Amino acid sequence: MPKWFTPAAIVCALMFAVAPILIANAPYESTMGLVQKIFYVHLPSALIFLIAAVVCGVASVRFLFRGNPRHDRLAWAAAELVVLFGIITLVTGPLWARKAWGVWWQWDVRLTASLMGWMVAVAYLLLRKYGGPGSDKLAAGLALFGMANVPFIYISVNYWRTIHPTTNVLPTLPVSMGLPVWFTFATFFLLFLLLLRMRVRLEEQRAQVDALYLSADA
Amino acid sequence: MLRRFLAAIALAALMFGAPLGAQQQPPQQQDGFVPIDQLPPQDQLPAAPLLVTAYSFVVLALFVYVLSVARRLGVVQRELDRLQSDARRRT
Amino acid sequence: MFARVVWLVLRKDLTVEVRSLEIAYTTLFFAVSCVLVFAFALVREGRAPEDGAAGILWISIAFAGTLALGRAFERERQSETLRALLLAPAARPAIYVGKLFGIVALLAACEAVLVPLVALLFQAPLLARPFWLGTILLAGTIGFAAVGTLFAAMLVRARTRDVLLPVLLYPITVPVIIAGVRATSTLLQPELDVDSIRFWLALLGCFDVVFVTLALWTFEPLMTD
Repeated sequence: MPKWFTPAAIVCALMFAVAPILIANAPYESTMGLVQKIFYVHLPSALIFLIAAVVCGVASVRFLFRGNPRHDRLAWAAAELVVLFGIITLVTGPLWARKAWGVWWQWDVRLTASLMGWMVAVAYLLLRKYGGPGSDKLAAGLALFGMANVPFIYISVNYWRTIHPTTNVLPTLPVSMGLPVWFTFATFFLLFLLLLRMRVRLEEQRAQVDALYLSADA
Repeated sequence: MLRRFLAAIALAALMFGAPLGAQQQPPQQQDGFVPIDQLPPQDQLPAAPLLVTAYSFVVLALFVYVLSVARRLGVVQRELDRLQSDARRRT
Repeated sequence: MFARVVWLVLRKDLTVEVRSLEIAYTTLFFAVSCVLVFAFALVREGRAPEDGAAGILWISIAFAGTLALGRAFERERQSETLRALLLAPAARPAIYVGKLFGIVALLAACEAVLVPLVALLFQAPLLARPFWLGTILLAGTIGFAAVGTLFAAMLVRARTRDVLLPVLLYPITVPVIIAGVRATSTLLQPELDVDSIRFWLALLGCFDVVFVTLALWTFEPLMTD
């Protein structure tokens, strides 16, 4: 593990300890009350979900056109994190929606597109696991299409009449709400980097094992 | 063939969920959050289980993932050590 | 040169298909069975629901399309013709476009049978505005086939390719299906809402452009070893 890993992990743990205090001290929202506090984990995980999808897509493109296995490892790690943060977003969202909208789920653009983006990531992992040889390139092609979905997810809520709050919420947040949510986002982002590094290391170790097997046979 | 039919049912559920889901009148789309200081009392209780479930799920999911990666790293590390000691013994 | 390669690939596929009509018949029958299964499943008091026509039409096209894609490339794999195609001194994107047109032609043939069938079973006035319906079907089929041809081609050498094709294809093409269904539903209303249909058609057009561009861009690296 690189030198920055352990200090970063300690910082991240501390941030995770501080975040709930900031969240608890944030004011309540006027129409949604207590349940709106889910926002402080729902938004950061949703942003990381999209960022991870972009990371996966960019790494996949570089792998597809250059063939460097480092990019392939990064893409696979990022895809797992898309699934992880996607599932967090898709669970915390409905829990919030149950109280705020009265329904667990709505088939509006953002929710449908996010669910489809998440399923693309799951399909990526299935392909890597069960696709056999050559599935690294195929998965890279899939990830590219998945990345094309990301801007659509983000801006769709501004152009369609949906029930999901628009992106205008973020720049107009008062500081009392903005501080906890961006702090939690920074915490999640640091965690994302740490998890990415761990997962890439797993693939590096696996590649080393393969190389050792191959050299033993030679 | 069974898989295709399961896929058919899943896709049909997705397609027909749209009209079925739009039965209630949804509230207005929001453009900004408005903070207040005091919570209206009738809102406190029903929201708490949802909030607790949400935060617990986040912690659980992250924890499970970290454990999964750590476990897989351990498996590979053991195999790597075994291979390297075999190689050393052979040379 | 590009157009010539496209035409040659298309002609090859059509010639092989016309000789046996294997994929055409089996895909068509599967699509018809799909429609019937939906009709039976959704029947209430002996009548099928009237609002189901658009969704059922597009679901049947999607399923039939997946089947056709799998079978078409399975045929290529068995005769190793895909390798021969890739070895030929032809631009890879041209090969892709040729195969895309072949799949679109096959699906168009299926749709020519499905549309009257769905119109009949669900009492939907699908044939009332044939120009609009044709445009919607064409745009949606191209979008679906663009992604499908790419994925089916790249899965030819993978294991478990039969189940992986739908797994990979549906999440990406669901937006195309949704847009197609919404456009067709709008078309089935008694009053013609041209603006709404134009909007969905524009969205379908966007998807088509994005998917075809991405497919053309990645076809070569994905098909090389």
